[in-house]
Amino acid sequence: MKRIKRQRFGAIMLVIVTLPCWVIPAMADEFTQEDLTRWSGEYMTVVKQGRKVFTDGKLGTNGVSCGQCHPNASNTHPETYPKFQKQLGEVVAIWEMINWCIRNPLEGKDLAADDPRMTALQAYISHERRGVKLEPGKH
Amino acid sequence: MTKSLTRRDFIKGASAMTAIATLPISMVELVFADSSLNFTFAHISDSHIQQIKGTKFVRNWDRGLIRAVAETNLLNPKPDFVIYGGDLAQLGSKPELDRGAEIMSALNYKIYYSMGEHDYYEDLGEYWSKLFGKHYYSFDHKGVHFVVLNSILTYDEWTYNRWPTGKQRMLEMAGIDNPNGSPFMVGEKQRDWLRQDLANINKSTPLVVISHSPLQKIWRGWNFWTEDAEEVQALLKPFKKTTVIYGHVHQIQYNQIGNISFHAVMATAWPWPYPATYAQAEQYLPKITVPMNRADPFQERDATGWQFINMANGNIDLHYTLYDNARRIVAFNTITGQPEDMGYQAENKRIPPQSHY
Repeated sequence: MKRIKRQRFGAIMLVIVTLPCWVIPAMADEFTQEDLTRWSGEYMTVVKQGRKVFTDGKLGTNGVSCGQCHPNASNTHPETYPKFQKQLGEVVAIWEMINWCIRNPLEGKDLAADDPRMTALQAYISHERRGVKLEPGKH
Repeated sequence: MTKSLTRRDFIKGASAMTAIATLPISMVELVFADSSLNFTFAHISDSHIQQIKGTKFVRNWDRGLIRAVAETNLLNPKPDFVIYGGDLAQLGSKPELDRGAEIMSALNYKIYYSMGEHDYYEDLGEYWSKLFGKHYYSFDHKGVHFVVLNSILTYDEWTYNRWPTGKQRMLEMAGIDNPNGSPFMVGEKQRDWLRQDLANINKSTPLVVISHSPLQKIWRGWNFWTEDAEEVQALLKPFKKTTVIYGHVHQIQYNQIGNISFHAVMATAWPWPYPATYAQAEQYLPKITVPMNRADPFQERDATGWQFINMANGNIDLHYTLYDNARRIVAFNTITGQPEDMGYQAENKRIPPQSHY
């Protein structure tokens, strides 16, 4: 008698616990076209912020902007990082090279790797280089 | 009075100069049939003197111009004059133009100035004229007719009606990749002037045209472009030996269109990438150009420089002074009828640093 009660209790609990799955659709890895559009929009917003940081001359202390030497982010080669940066003497990711530029020609201070401006710069630089095949390590 | 320069003299002079602290020198050497007409001139361009605030200027660009001026002063034999190729200032402000003029005033030679867009768009060249004179003009030197053009004008609507202030207008033209910019041109008024100026010149007189924009259509995206290039080239076509020397692009380029040779000069300030390194659009460089070495950003003056041009026989040899790099010489080859890099023109002579991507 007790066993049957426990089993029924277990069955009822199973139904109750899994009830959300019966009424709410699976959320983990299903996404819709609207999601894709929205996420892509978030990305492009950051790309546009990156373009602004790239060109406004405010990253350093001398008014020089990245865009002065890198029109359309040319000659930044994000597809080759991480790589051995001969002048730094070690393998680095692109954000470290970006910081080198901020410190030197722009006479400014490093950004943290996860600073929103660093993320935006990398988004812009990569976006201008989209479609170019990945060749990490290439000089 | 300088004696006429033979090739041997030139080479001796060049090696003597190399001995003087490895001076990089762009020697453009033209070989005139009559050697008494040989002469040399220097060409300094694209200094982009940039004000930070008050009396503070970007040290990097200052150094580039100061170095070019100092080295030009040490040239032996002395050049007959110096051309300034445009973009002396970054935003065309009075402090920037004044500072650029002050650095240039250390030169011991006569200077002929040409206009760049960075000099022009704040006040349409008004202050520049007070310092340097006419926006476009011509002069003759030892049998060669020189024309200096203002080739960075653009459509009237963009120049006069589009922007609320001169400062804004200058900022919009300052970024070569700014989609709000507008293509360069010589324009009808100046082309009319040019037609009249050239009307009385003998067609066998060698012609040298100093221009900031390329007088060709290379890549519109970065304004390596002159909108009325064909019309201007048509005016130059009747002359048997014409050379166009242009600035703006901050890199080695050269080309031959019919009987017109085109040569780009280096900036003293900073190099620009080649248009082919921009992945999102297709663009072209003159086919015969052997690119300069890729710039090493860790060497502040790498891929910047100035040039020394030798005129003889109506065509030029242009020697690029490239700090920390092997000197490059682009000379007119009378057999092929076009400019040629003296070291690297053949495909099998190219070196890895010349591949840009």
